[in-house]
Amino acid sequence: MNPPRPRPKLDQENTAFWTGGAQGHLNIVKCGDCGQYTHPPRLICRHCQSENIAPDAVTGTGVIDTFTVNHQPWAKGLEVPYVIARVALDSVPGVYLTTNIVNCPVDAVAFGDAVKVVFEEQDGVFYPLFEKVA
Amino acid sequence: MASKEAYITGVGQSEVGVRLPRHPLLLTVDAAKEAIAEAGLTFDQIDGVFSFPGKSHGYLAFSPVGTDEIIEALGIKSKWQMGGLEQPAQLSAIGMAAWAVKEGICRHVLCFRTVYEAGGMADPAQYMPARSETVSGASQWTSPFWATSAACWTAQYAARHVHKYGLTREQLGQIAVNGSKNAMLNPRARAITKEELTLDKYMDARMISTPLCLYDCDRFSDASTVVIVSAGDALDEIKCEPVRIAAMSGSVDRYSWDQVERPAAYDAGRDLWARTDYTPADVDTVQFYDGFAFLPITWLEGLGFCEIGEGGQFIEGGTRIARDGQLPLNTAGGQLGAGRLHGFGFAHEAVTQLRGRAGERQIPGDPRVAVATSGGGPLAAALLLTKD
Repeated sequence: MNPPRPRPKLDQENTAFWTGGAQGHLNIVKCGDCGQYTHPPRLICRHCQSENIAPDAVTGTGVIDTFTVNHQPWAKGLEVPYVIARVALDSVPGVYLTTNIVNCPVDAVAFGDAVKVVFEEQDGVFYPLFEKVA
Repeated sequence: MASKEAYITGVGQSEVGVRLPRHPLLLTVDAAKEAIAEAGLTFDQIDGVFSFPGKSHGYLAFSPVGTDEIIEALGIKSKWQMGGLEQPAQLSAIGMAAWAVKEGICRHVLCFRTVYEAGGMADPAQYMPARSETVSGASQWTSPFWATSAACWTAQYAARHVHKYGLTREQLGQIAVNGSKNAMLNPRARAITKEELTLDKYMDARMISTPLCLYDCDRFSDASTVVIVSAGDALDEIKCEPVRIAAMSGSVDRYSWDQVERPAAYDAGRDLWARTDYTPADVDTVQFYDGFAFLPITWLEGLGFCEIGEGGQFIEGGTRIARDGQLPLNTAGGQLGAGRLHGFGFAHEAVTQLRGRAGERQIPGDPRVAVATSGGGPLAAALLLTKD
């Protein structure tokens, strides 16, 4: 039984990201003026500094840009090994998420694998994890 | 009166150990005394104190001593002081000191980095961070996925090198093996490296986060390292061979481990050469930050000692980076072999080698040009140090 995941402190910038899973949405901040994405989320667009920004529900699919199989239990009771990956999100140029690849053996994960988001809820926070697309 | 140049005129280091009983302020004083003695200065000639990252009140083991405490303890009359985490990387505190002496604000600046990360664990109430219910800032993008350590973040850069360029474990292992060989000849590394690491033992080590194994990660230690930076027009006051800070560079494009293709070492490496007439071919020794064994590979490639992707081949077999090789690397053992001094150890060793004072581990010839670096992931700072 794994310990609870570290819980992000919710604030004005990050709440849409960490709670969007309640509606099944992976929310990434998008600029209403230049159309580009800002991640980690900010109160302004990092490309054009516009304040006309809003969370955009993106497709939730992507590909594995790089990954590591972690063997070190960083917390008491943490089950190892597990995969930590950086996922390049489809249709969200330049945005990557650090996440876990779940629902498959660690040795089934490879560079370039197509993946899709699955949310894991813990006390109102929806952690965006990813699984391989069948 | 502004001076055109900045020099390192003294280096010092305390005992380096694991769970040292000596208080970290006293370790800092030990290193400071050694450094000013080497420079031929006294504390009343020091007029600036710079540090990275300043006293870390929430996590004292990480940085237990502030510039104010050193000013008080050593009776320094300071014209400028600075300690802060928001700098390109550890060695940028020395870079800031160089600016201060070039600007004429200070003549002799004492720069220090003190760590108590091993000793601190024996007294968690005083030295370790309080348990927090939540994570915030940059760590919220990694910790919730149990990517808890920088080992996991660095591993993902290293894994891409394995996938894209064919970096092998045998190649990567040369960083730790080379560090261990050199540490065996470094009297200050005795508490950290007790026997030489063989490639066989490296290959058998347990994984931390693929492709990084146990020996690819540095060890918490207790120590202080001091570097004295002096103005070019104050060299008549010192009694040792000065080493010029010929160029420096720092880089933070994104303050993020996962939104960039490559660590900041590539940008800082390129920028260093844009500020000097020296070239990589002039360099006699390199002291590259190796908190994780993959990081020196990023510096080798970033500084142009080889092409991007060729770092693994460059260090293959270890002969090129050995003390008698073409480009001696981490001659004191690096952090893998001589403890997690957190950046300042690389400047200390570069100066020691350039002065020919490295004893048994001294590289052959008359080294005149060295590069010292610090940082990993989004942080990077490099110094070009010359005897000219």
